[in-house]
Amino acid sequence: MSEVKDKIDYSSMPDERGHFGIYGGIFASETLMQALDELKEAYYNSINDKVFQAQFDFDLAHYVGRPSPLYHAERLSREVGGAQIYLKREDLNHTGAHKINNTIGQALLAKAMGKKRVIAETGAGQHGVATATVAARFGMECVVYMGAEDIVRQAPNVYRMKLLGATVVPVTSGSKTLKDALNEAMRDWVTNVDDTFYIIGTVAGPHPYPAMVRDFQAIIGREARRQMQEQTGRLPDALVACIGGGSNAIGLFHPFLADESVEMYGVEAAGDGLETGRHAAPLCAGKPGVLHGNRTYLMEDQDGQIIETHSVSAGLDYPGVGPEHAWLKDIGRVNYVAATDKEALNAFHQLTRVEGIIPALESSHAVAYGVKLAAQMSAGQNIIINLSGRGDKDINTIARIEGIEL
Amino acid sequence: MSRLKACFERLSAESRKALIPYVMTGDPQPEVTLPLMHAMVEAGANIIELGAPFSDPMADGPVIQAAAERSLEHHTSLHDVFAVAKKFREKDDQTPIVMMGYLNPVEIMGYESFARQAAENGIDGVITVDMPPEEAEDYIAALRAHQIDPIFLIAPTTTEERMQKIAAVASGFVYYVSLKGVTGAATLDVAGVVERVDLIRKYIDLPIGVGFGINNAETATSVSRCADAVVVGSAIVNRMAAQKDVKSGQTAIITRDVAELLKSMRVAMDAK
Repeated sequence: MSEVKDKIDYSSMPDERGHFGIYGGIFASETLMQALDELKEAYYNSINDKVFQAQFDFDLAHYVGRPSPLYHAERLSREVGGAQIYLKREDLNHTGAHKINNTIGQALLAKAMGKKRVIAETGAGQHGVATATVAARFGMECVVYMGAEDIVRQAPNVYRMKLLGATVVPVTSGSKTLKDALNEAMRDWVTNVDDTFYIIGTVAGPHPYPAMVRDFQAIIGREARRQMQEQTGRLPDALVACIGGGSNAIGLFHPFLADESVEMYGVEAAGDGLETGRHAAPLCAGKPGVLHGNRTYLMEDQDGQIIETHSVSAGLDYPGVGPEHAWLKDIGRVNYVAATDKEALNAFHQLTRVEGIIPALESSHAVAYGVKLAAQMSAGQNIIINLSGRGDKDINTIARIEGIEL
Repeated sequence: MSRLKACFERLSAESRKALIPYVMTGDPQPEVTLPLMHAMVEAGANIIELGAPFSDPMADGPVIQAAAERSLEHHTSLHDVFAVAKKFREKDDQTPIVMMGYLNPVEIMGYESFARQAAENGIDGVITVDMPPEEAEDYIAALRAHQIDPIFLIAPTTTEERMQKIAAVASGFVYYVSLKGVTGAATLDVAGVVERVDLIRKYIDLPIGVGFGINNAETATSVSRCADAVVVGSAIVNRMAAQKDVKSGQTAIITRDVAELLKSMRVAMDAK
């Protein structure tokens, strides 16, 4: 007799207080509770508001440049010698990454709520640029918090933000990276909650952020699902995406969650290697805890202090991960794996050389695992790798690592 | 009767208000905290707020974050907070201790284990900054089982509806954070505080402490006219920061400054 499994209704998650199983929720200071309530209400109204959705769709089409192509990387597939590799080209979006899907959505919401000032945290600088971009377009004041360490690693993006009229505030507390920028942005929001909208860049933070950012990013998966069927007549066999906070991954995965035949792989940053402890892979090697407003897997020590993460890619250098991923891990729907700095760098070169596409270091982690996975599959199978961003911003870092003076 | 309840009843009978200093455990050095606690009581403190450091204190400003970083250099953990409380209780069985910290260290320890050990070591109340009542059902049950008061914050943005929610779960006292913003920020609007405290009293039948922005005898006194307790945090931690390079063994130097500040507040508050 076959086992009858209860179907999980993925679209019903999270519950009304933001829980994905035991994960998610709202773990915020009292000062923010009212603001989060207002945001939740504004967000759920917008979902059902045809005018809002039409504006969002219009901006995605005419400002961001969607749909982004689903590109069959034939030469790469041949070189790898396994499954057919398709790249979802989020790198071709305006500003060069998937981040803009979300910032457009949140900026429209900020406008609807009458907020005149937006703030953001950023790691690699992609979300900061995407926020500064929409702030420029909507005529809003914009302040971006960025770890002092990341400001050095991502100088070109810092300059772009300034050109766009944003104020970039260096954060020198803690490890001087993304998590500290998030702390600082949260502090700004607590202080200026009346007129300020906090545009969080990933599917983390207190409810409704993980659900809201997912819904704005799910355009990636909806398009990919349709494009794959148009190009191959069926669903893909596997999806691969990199995971820092996890917004590009959940954006690709979510519209496929109910398709049981589609395998999913979230690729975390293994840094120097999971066994060295110098990595940024909370799902692969962390444990559950509470940080930045939600319960999720974290990189933490035995006392519950958050520990420093290590990755060549600033955008993956985060000790937490979106709570929906934590839940999808526990229920076994998505496989969470990791790629080292070295593997990502190799993949960066491989894709650049073979397909003429320079991927972001973040996305290179997905490419690294994706080619490994494809090699174990048959030529009749298809996988989609989410190419979440372009690598122009990383060329200085790559050159430095490889001892090349520009 | 709990130490917190007894403390507020005693003060109320004397028509005095509680003075609650905050100190981060292990800042700037582990051996400073215990003598400092005793010195603060001697200077007129009625309740001690004992900070437990967290690596990512989102609700605190740079002053408290720096204190947490200094403390974490010595790897201060919840076990160290418990150990200090236990030592303090050897000489002082009356002054309530309220632990203030963030949820994640408690999560790792487990609610039940945390509550039991806190109680065993003489801690009377717990403020968990990033744990709102909505998520706190199991946590509150664990604390209550060990007679520990869950103390909640109320913000300028807290609606009357939320005040009722907080009233349903809080005990010991409630802590009104008198500024939007993080600890150690800007100046205090006393008239605004009076108005809010009156509103809170409509819904919550517990003593009300007011904190954030109280840094001298004058602000302490004006706040004490409407509140039941005055919480002094960043002003003390700033004094600790100034002494961070003091050699170990010279704790008297470190505590003297803090004691002077508290004494001036105590005298002014009692004189009105």
